[in-house]
Amino acid sequence: MKNLVRYIVTRTLLTIPMVLILLSIVFVVLRVMPGDPVSSMLGGHAPERVIEQKKEELGLNRPLAVQYVDYLWQVARLDLGDSMVFQQGVTDAIIEKMPATIELTFFAMIITLVVGVFLGAYAADHRREFRDSMIRLYGIVIYCIPVYWLGLMLQLIFGIWLDIFPIAGRTGSRILSSTFEQSGFYVIDTLRAGNYAAFGDVMHHLVLPAFTLGLTLSGIFVRLTRANMLDVLKADYIVAAEARGITHTKIVYRHALKNAMIPILTMMGLQVALLMAGAILTETTFSWPGMGRLLLERIYLRDYPTIQGVIIVYALFVAMVSLVVDIIYAMVDPRIRY
Amino acid sequence: MARILHIEDLRVHFPINIGTVRAVEGANLTIEEGEVMGLVGESGCGKSTLGLSILRLLRPPGRIVEGKILYHGEDIVRMGAKEILALRGGRIAMIFQDPLTSLNPLFSIKEHFIETLRTHEKRIETKEALARAERMLSSLGISPERLHEYPHQMSGGMRQRIMIGLGLILNPDLLIADEPTTALDVIVEAQFLDLLDDLRKRFNLSIMLITHNLGNVAQLADRISVMYCGTIVEVGPAQTIFDEPLHPYTQGLLASIPNIKLDEPELKLMRGSLPDLVSPPSGCVFHPRCPRAMDVCSEEWPKTAAVNGHQVNCWLYR
Ligand SMILES: Nc1ncnc2c1ncn2[C@@H]1O[C@H](COP(=O)(O)OP(=O)(O)O)[C@@H](O)[C@H]1O
Ligand code: SF4
Ligand SMILES: [Mg+2]
Repeated sequence: MKNLVRYIVTRTLLTIPMVLILLSIVFVVLRVMPGDPVSSMLGGHAPERVIEQKKEELGLNRPLAVQYVDYLWQVARLDLGDSMVFQQGVTDAIIEKMPATIELTFFAMIITLVVGVFLGAYAADHRREFRDSMIRLYGIVIYCIPVYWLGLMLQLIFGIWLDIFPIAGRTGSRILSSTFEQSGFYVIDTLRAGNYAAFGDVMHHLVLPAFTLGLTLSGIFVRLTRANMLDVLKADYIVAAEARGITHTKIVYRHALKNAMIPILTMMGLQVALLMAGAILTETTFSWPGMGRLLLERIYLRDYPTIQGVIIVYALFVAMVSLVVDIIYAMVDPRIRY
Repeated sequence: MARILHIEDLRVHFPINIGTVRAVEGANLTIEEGEVMGLVGESGCGKSTLGLSILRLLRPPGRIVEGKILYHGEDIVRMGAKEILALRGGRIAMIFQDPLTSLNPLFSIKEHFIETLRTHEKRIETKEALARAERMLSSLGISPERLHEYPHQMSGGMRQRIMIGLGLILNPDLLIADEPTTALDVIVEAQFLDLLDDLRKRFNLSIMLITHNLGNVAQLADRISVMYCGTIVEVGPAQTIFDEPLHPYTQGLLASIPNIKLDEPELKLMRGSLPDLVSPPSGCVFHPRCPRAMDVCSEEWPKTAAVNGHQVNCWLYR
């Protein structure tokens, strides 16, 4: 237990250099890119004098190194600063959008795991049969499809032709989110408010975006689970368990799958970054008001502080999830000691 | 004495792309109540395949193509899936070569026992299951506290005893032990064989002890079946198999055991090696390696003859 705490602390401290490096890259790239927040805010026709004055105000005329150190010092004090384009603190903007992203990625991850792991295990159990081939084909095809294309297809089929799922936003127009919104996590807020109609509506809106993101990533898990399962099913302890009369289903989905899950957990930790990237595209496709859309919007506006802030939050998010995955890993595998 | 197991003309094949591996080809074997039957032969001769067939544990493409496996007179080859599951662990236990990999690394010893008991006695309570597991561990000379440990916390010898415990927890009357000591070091091996000897009396067990090491069976077995190329070539009481082996293969096998008591300057190794089981030799399968082969040997398979209390398949004993 003490070791676990020490491990968590070490891992947390290690995220600091990671964030620092990422932040430095983003800081430089943003300023090398053509365009700046002032011109995007005032448009191309503003007089030179006004632009210069505004730049001066925002501190953009100082040497890059000074701006950089200044910004790092600010972040070190846990202050992400203010937007350069809107009258708004960066932290506020992020807090407003973050719940939408977390809700989307959480449900997507569940779909990925359930669909990917189950199909992979099922395919391994029926290897070389027709079902196995179909599942493998699914794994490859879904892996190759771009997120937004799958999103558009699902919108077309389930949103427009069949008209059973909404294709944009987090709630319907008849549901006033102000009546239940507290934390921004609509799923939790609606349940806490006991507003089941609103809860149903929120889940209804989640279906297509969560499936789009979840299914896209499920391909990797299908292939990985299948391969691991085939390995594990050859293990001596599987035959030994069979020799004790344990049923086939238990052997496959209890003994084998649990062991096959260990490398899958590692993979999951690594996939979080991909999940985040996919979330940005999904949010765009489904007008989902999350951090991904915030990021894209602000990149157009060259809103430096907001972009940097969002990137930091994404990085921390990835680091946190992979830490949690590692802890689960240690709980599942008794051989791991920190 | 009742006959627990009677294997009759068993043939087990593995169809693979280059042909069919005839892993077991016309094997006959019996085990009487309370006896230890040693099954010996070079590795690759089909011992494990024969052992696995008894519990119908063959992996595809392995398949029993012919023959009977009578357990208390009931043919296992013809049993339905439900009956087989009840048989496995419930009435016949099997342990394997490598104790280090035979336990699920993610399950504690306790979970292994509870699961095994629940599989056969659906309604058993956890407390009762644990009590039985504890008693079993004590009788194997393992402290019951170790029930809470995981396999990686135990030594090889300890894990093999756990495997036995899992096998015997439901009081089966037959134990198939497939090279149970091959992966253990010599001292642990000796202890383990002593334990087996002790258990057979206490649990009234019959044991099929599979090994390629004749020294192992010498200690324990009442009778020995010698296997070669998928078939049993000689069966007899352990004592006379060692003292007066009849089949040239048995003789060769015995001559190849290093024996410090004999003043022989060097080991006699059998010439040649185990033939390919996809296209085994004609007639007596041993003829390409047999120092006493005759013309008839390559033409026709010798019928079983009863000589001096042995059953032997060799043209020398017509
Ligand atoms: N799954 C399999 N596919 C093909 N051949 C196999 C398979 N399992 C075993 N065999 C073959 O069957 C023969 C007997 O193997 P085995 O029963 O393991 O022998 P032993 O236990 O005496 O060493 C060997 O020639 C082996 O190559
Ligand atoms: S039958 Fe012939 S070849 Fe076979 S063991 Fe006997 S003597 Fe040798
Ligand atoms: Mg073997």
